[in-house]
Amino acid sequence: MPLAKRIIPCLDVDNGRVVKGVKFVEIRDAGDPVENARRYNLEGADEITFLDITASSDNRDTMAHVVEAVASEVFIPLTVGGGIREVSDIRRMLNAGADKVSINTAAIFNPEFVQEAAEKFGSQCIVVAIDAKKVSQLGEVDRWEIFTHGGRKTTGIDAVEWAAKMDFLGAGEILLTSMDRDGTKIGFDNELTRQVSEAVRVPVIASGGVGNLDHLVDGVLKGKADAVLAASIFHFGEYRIEQAKAYMQQQGIEVRL
Amino acid sequence: MQTIAVVDYGMGNLRSVVNALNHVASKQQQVVLTSNPDQVMKADRVVFPGQGAARDCMRAIHDHELRDTILAAAEQKPFLGICMGMQVLIDYSEENQGTDCLSYYAGQVKYFGDFHQDADANKLKVPHMGWNNLTQKKPHPLWHAIEDNARFYFVHSYFLDCADAQLIAGECDYGFTFTSAIAKDNVFALQCHPEKSAKAGLQLLTNFVEWDGQA
Repeated sequence: MPLAKRIIPCLDVDNGRVVKGVKFVEIRDAGDPVENARRYNLEGADEITFLDITASSDNRDTMAHVVEAVASEVFIPLTVGGGIREVSDIRRMLNAGADKVSINTAAIFNPEFVQEAAEKFGSQCIVVAIDAKKVSQLGEVDRWEIFTHGGRKTTGIDAVEWAAKMDFLGAGEILLTSMDRDGTKIGFDNELTRQVSEAVRVPVIASGGVGNLDHLVDGVLKGKADAVLAASIFHFGEYRIEQAKAYMQQQGIEVRL
Repeated sequence: MQTIAVVDYGMGNLRSVVNALNHVASKQQQVVLTSNPDQVMKADRVVFPGQGAARDCMRAIHDHELRDTILAAAEQKPFLGICMGMQVLIDYSEENQGTDCLSYYAGQVKYFGDFHQDADANKLKVPHMGWNNLTQKKPHPLWHAIEDNARFYFVHSYFLDCADAQLIAGECDYGFTFTSAIAKDNVFALQCHPEKSAKAGLQLLTNFVEWDGQA
């Protein structure tokens, strides 16, 4: 009976509301984050991730309150990302009841921040989020680079090498989002996920592109992901988490039922 | 009013532990997060959590002058060690080029390794992170109403190799079998995080806040 593959619903939070966009635009409202978290917990989510998509300082206060409200009644791991730039941001979210924080842009501008954070709080609570986009052309060897600003700016950094570096600096987990797939509902970039998963020691969460339950299965079997993250298929009631787990189990994947 | 002291020695985020205990505590019980040795000694039961590296944990225990308090509490009252709190109760940890610990029970804490594999040579990620089955090795009041092999949430890179097989209350499999729960008199200690293990975890904490400390 090995370790279960995790299903992680992700709540994109803007100004205290859950929203979901397609490739970071066309935002739709998907409700109250506390209500959503409560429902996912009852459905058997293995963890919940909150992403503060605007990450202004006002929003961070709102986010801390959301986390506080959820953490007092939902007893599974909670991760918070978006706008985590300093040690004080991490402390604040952990004090509000988060178990992990996810660091994205701040790691790119200052990789030592990941090391500092891991030393201070332990690797177990430091997730590094990587937004990657394919830059190779058809017929070339696959290559992905790290993008910032919602996928608009490239950094020129190779995504697979970057993941290995983040592992080395103390990340306890990698949250890997394919910018090409995010919001498209055509499935994860499984080749990207597999290459990153094989390049690091730590668990990898696949993200970006889930449109049906086969995509979750492929993320684990083809992408070798340790966990799969999805947003819209759960928010808008297309699938329930227990349904996703039952399907994954039928396909031979170990899950927590 | 009874008190449940959560020992705060500056290692890790204890908010989750306090939240979950508040959720299961009775109206006659108060959960207190404290680094004060007197308060720990006055409490009716003690929870000893911890996260981070072994050397930092041991240093923090010394800096807060909590070593004797922790060991005295472990002799006297219902006591629950969680994660690093379980690990530092042992003799010695391999972490940080070797760290002497509290020697409440005998054995060693060891690293899973950078190239950890299962029996079929599949790569296993380290840390061991996520929900795994906890196999109960002996009856204990803290297992009350928890199914054998129920899944609990784990996150750790080092595991406990207990020298005294009689103390092993639970095991987990990750490439090999390792000790994930210890029961010694009034002490119960867990590698996983009951405060983050949904229903099974809350049941275990409920059992703890009701436990009289008799095995």
